[in-house]
Amino acid sequence: MLINVPETVVADALRGMAAAHPELTVDVENRVIIRRDAPVPGKVALVSGGGSGHEPLHGGFVGPGMLAAACPGEVFTSPVPDQMVRAAAAVDSGAGVLFVVKNYTGDVLNFDMAAELAEDEGIQVAKVLVEDDVAVTDSLYTAGRRGTGGTLFVEKIAGAAAEEGQPLERVEAIARQVAGASRSFGVALGACTTPAKGSPTFDLPAGELELGVGIHGEPGRERRPMMTSGEIAEAAVDAVLTDLEPRNPVLVLVNGMGATPLLELYGFNGEVQRVLAERGVAVARVLVGNYVTSLDMAGASVTLCQVDEELLRLWDAPVRTPALRWGM
Amino acid sequence: MLDADFFRRWMTAAAASVDRAADRLTELDSPIGDADHGSNLRRGFTAVRAALEEESPDTPGAVLTLAGRRLVSTVGGASGPLYGMLLRRTGKALGDAAEVSEEQFAGALRVGVDAVRALGGAAPGDKTMIDALAPAVDALGDSFAAARSAALAGAEATTPLRARKGRASYLGERSVGHQDPGAASAALLVAALAEVAGE
Repeated sequence: MLINVPETVVADALRGMAAAHPELTVDVENRVIIRRDAPVPGKVALVSGGGSGHEPLHGGFVGPGMLAAACPGEVFTSPVPDQMVRAAAAVDSGAGVLFVVKNYTGDVLNFDMAAELAEDEGIQVAKVLVEDDVAVTDSLYTAGRRGTGGTLFVEKIAGAAAEEGQPLERVEAIARQVAGASRSFGVALGACTTPAKGSPTFDLPAGELELGVGIHGEPGRERRPMMTSGEIAEAAVDAVLTDLEPRNPVLVLVNGMGATPLLELYGFNGEVQRVLAERGVAVARVLVGNYVTSLDMAGASVTLCQVDEELLRLWDAPVRTPALRWGM
Repeated sequence: MLDADFFRRWMTAAAASVDRAADRLTELDSPIGDADHGSNLRRGFTAVRAALEEESPDTPGAVLTLAGRRLVSTVGGASGPLYGMLLRRTGKALGDAAEVSEEQFAGALRVGVDAVRALGGAAPGDKTMIDALAPAVDALGDSFAAARSAALAGAEATTPLRARKGRASYLGERSVGHQDPGAASAALLVAALAEVAGE
């Protein structure tokens, strides 16, 4: 591993991020990443966060048109409420703050506490929960569907609405609409290794894959002998379509888990597009790359988000962040 | 009667115990979690120890409330808010008395455990820290030693259970056969209590 010691992995990364991105304010000690011009007068601010290890999520999505601030936790461990309260106070212009929360027990509990504390400080806070992972079929006896690739769509589209100056209740409604219209399915070809443990966090023998894996290596629906890119695309797209049944065009995110080369990801995207065409699904936009990663896990996920004209317009709106940038 | 010093010693003993067991907790967290329970709790209790030295709170309630706040601020994940809530609510239930009886403490700890159940939504048998804490609170009416035995037995009894809360729940049947790391760390906390009580 390209690290010094496991204890300083997150702080080391934040220092490096600060050096690479002078357009962001990176508070290494307090673990918040803030867009430099915050608070932006009159505008709602989006704040997100979660365990580290999923980069560029969330810190790489801070900037005009997307997040106002991000709070990185320890690796695969949610951030603490102090971080979100500090971030909210730094970015709130008086127009309110929207917390974008992925559905994991730790994230939900810490953001809930943070929302209470921020409201005590007079900051108006709304929350949206992202729970897009269709691999979780048993929501009654589990912690529910996990938040994965759909988070990118929520942060980009709601971020665009905030940048336009739309009020908090409207930005929140748009975020909910996007979260409700997004579904994901992930596949692991190899396990990930956390710095603290130094060895793979789950056992996935070579020649096998985990269908429906979560972004921390949570087990999915089933383990199978290796499949071709085309077969994996069929499994992933069909799992999503069974749940989403889109009538409108979709945004497609073909996301790398961290250790899968772009060559393979683009090949996989070709297969995903073939399957979508065969199923009669209209595609509005396609994004391919490593956006919601899982350390060094090999594999990919497919996220579809059903969009109307307004959501598509907001998706196309200008954005300038370290990881996502167009139109400005 | 139990005074602020007793609760300070409890937190110090808990910190030492978590420190010693950190590797074991992380190992338990490896097959059914993400292998960081030990390191996260160690970070938290180290901060608790530092905060108690720095601020020297002078009532039982203030000691536990401060400890809870520090855990929330430093641990992260689900354990931070859950352990933080446990100590904070227990501390608040003790009020600002300079000394509390064992009965008062048992009642306050029950308030804390109930708050954890409400926050995390876990019931006994879900393979969580509640499986160690709930029987410990019931046994605390007898003695600290009885609470320790109940907590340890409760933690061990999570091994055959199927997880229904938290990250381990995604394993379904595959979570069976592993002791829950949260129940194991909760048992350490209760054992530290018996240790400082000299039982």
